[in-house]
Amino acid sequence: MIKTNNLYFRYSDEKEEDKYALKNINLHINDGEFVVIIGHNGSGKSTLSKLFNGIFYPTSGKIYIDGLDTSDEELIWEIRKRAGMVFQNPDNQLVATIVEEDVAFGPENLGLPSEVIRQRVDEALESVKMGEFKRKPPHHLSGGQKQRVAIAGILAMKPKCIIFDEPTAMLDPSGRKEVIQTIQNLNKVDKMTVVHVTHYMDEAVNADRIIVMDGGQIVLEGTPKEVFSQVETIQRLGLDVPQVTLLSHELKKSGIEVSTENLTVDELVENLCQLI
Amino acid sequence: MSINIVNLTHIYDKNTPNETVAIDNINLEINTGEFIGLIGHTGSGKSTLIQQMNGLLKPTDGEIVVSGYNITDGLEIKSKRKKVTKQEIKERKRRLLEVRKRVGLVFQYPEYQLFEETIEKDIAFGPINLGLDNETVRIRVKSAMETVGLDYETLKDRSPFDLSGGQKRRVAIAGVLAMKPEVLILDEPTAGLDPKGRDEILFQIKQLHEKEKMTVIIVSHSMEDMAKISERLIVMNKGAVVLDGHPKMVFQHIDLLEEIGLAVPQISYLIRALNQKGFNLSNDIITASEAKEALSKILIK
Repeated sequence: MIKTNNLYFRYSDEKEEDKYALKNINLHINDGEFVVIIGHNGSGKSTLSKLFNGIFYPTSGKIYIDGLDTSDEELIWEIRKRAGMVFQNPDNQLVATIVEEDVAFGPENLGLPSEVIRQRVDEALESVKMGEFKRKPPHHLSGGQKQRVAIAGILAMKPKCIIFDEPTAMLDPSGRKEVIQTIQNLNKVDKMTVVHVTHYMDEAVNADRIIVMDGGQIVLEGTPKEVFSQVETIQRLGLDVPQVTLLSHELKKSGIEVSTENLTVDELVENLCQLI
Repeated sequence: MSINIVNLTHIYDKNTPNETVAIDNINLEINTGEFIGLIGHTGSGKSTLIQQMNGLLKPTDGEIVVSGYNITDGLEIKSKRKKVTKQEIKERKRRLLEVRKRVGLVFQYPEYQLFEETIEKDIAFGPINLGLDNETVRIRVKSAMETVGLDYETLKDRSPFDLSGGQKRRVAIAGVLAMKPEVLILDEPTAGLDPKGRDEILFQIKQLHEKEKMTVIIVSHSMEDMAKISERLIVMNKGAVVLDGHPKMVFQHIDLLEEIGLAVPQISYLIRALNQKGFNLSNDIITASEAKEALSKILIK
């Protein structure tokens, strides 16, 4: 779905010639995969996600979205149709005064017939469970609900892939739960390819693969168990592991034979029950 | 020097069809030097409460007294009369300044409020408005920058807009600290920061609290952070306080917290699940290090 070859990126206002925000990224994200990207502020993860969507172009190297080269300007609208993007701040993404009009904005711009738009809007709102709010003004919704409307707006474009750039950073716990549930459904039920950039490690435990970035490069990559069991490396990179993983690691250090691959409460409970 | 909140009520759009009760008769006493976490889902009334404590909103009813000074008094301009005298406006301004000298509020994403050409000027804006002399202002700016971990000499003449997001946020916090408030309120000071940046800012706030004995109130969505650093946790729902106590007490109410759209730290869920399996662990364990200690006792024989 997404493929990068020797990708380098330097911001155009960067004065130093050799200061790249992204260095030699070679990445292959498969159709239907759920990939989480983590990394501290300034590690390049958001920049990378913006290159996937054609907001930025590579300084050198290539990115292919579904086989399409993002540096080809002619293809940009087709690329954005196939790879949609959801941002951090729900208030910056909604443009219309009524929920359903907001969701219709994308498909209207595709020049689709109105009955097709109607159908797409209804389906998109249903799949994020916001159907009953379709005639409400967005500013009456909670943060989590606004983000779901933003997701519906992308779904109505019928993309194959959605890139989420810290979609839960501004939400309260229940809003986060709603949005994460929605994202997981899109991947598991609708088989959508998902790239999710986040600071919340507990949102990464259900991913197929985690990519860890530091200094514009990929420094660690693997399943959540492979990545989070390296507690010390993760902490050195200024990141966190889930609390139960940290606890498992600490118990192990004090000589208790627990697995360091516990990521969830259930896994650790089961593991500890075996030891008693 | 305590904060007393008595029968506080706030109603938005009163006497209109959109009338909304945001704060419903809250009574709270906050003692000097407390470190308080304020949690509640979006729309629970947290923001309305802290804006009233800073004089940005005038309560519909009730009062807030900070160390004997009634900050909610005299804020209104009597709109029934046609003419407001210059004297009245001046007096109101003076009172608001008194409020802000006592209660400093750091908004969410405060880095968007930076506006000056240099970092020093930006931080000095508040103290200059207090009418302090240049030397006092300079000393305050310097010490505020040190508190948030920014080097005065190397950074003072730089533009705040050249800094990273985390550093900009520190400049914004320093701007409030330079007012030397008795009470510091921060609305989600770590939102959008990575784990390292988050821990640094929380550590600095904690230090400030310990060294300067400043009363601190942090609004947060992170239950893990609150478990780690707060000494008292106030939980709001529908404009009222539903739980108030040490986080160890508050996080035992797992069902109630979930019902009102919140959560508990992952460790609290773990302890509950283990106890259901017959472990006999104390319900007041909320952090990984506490859990490690308790489990080690059971597992190492």
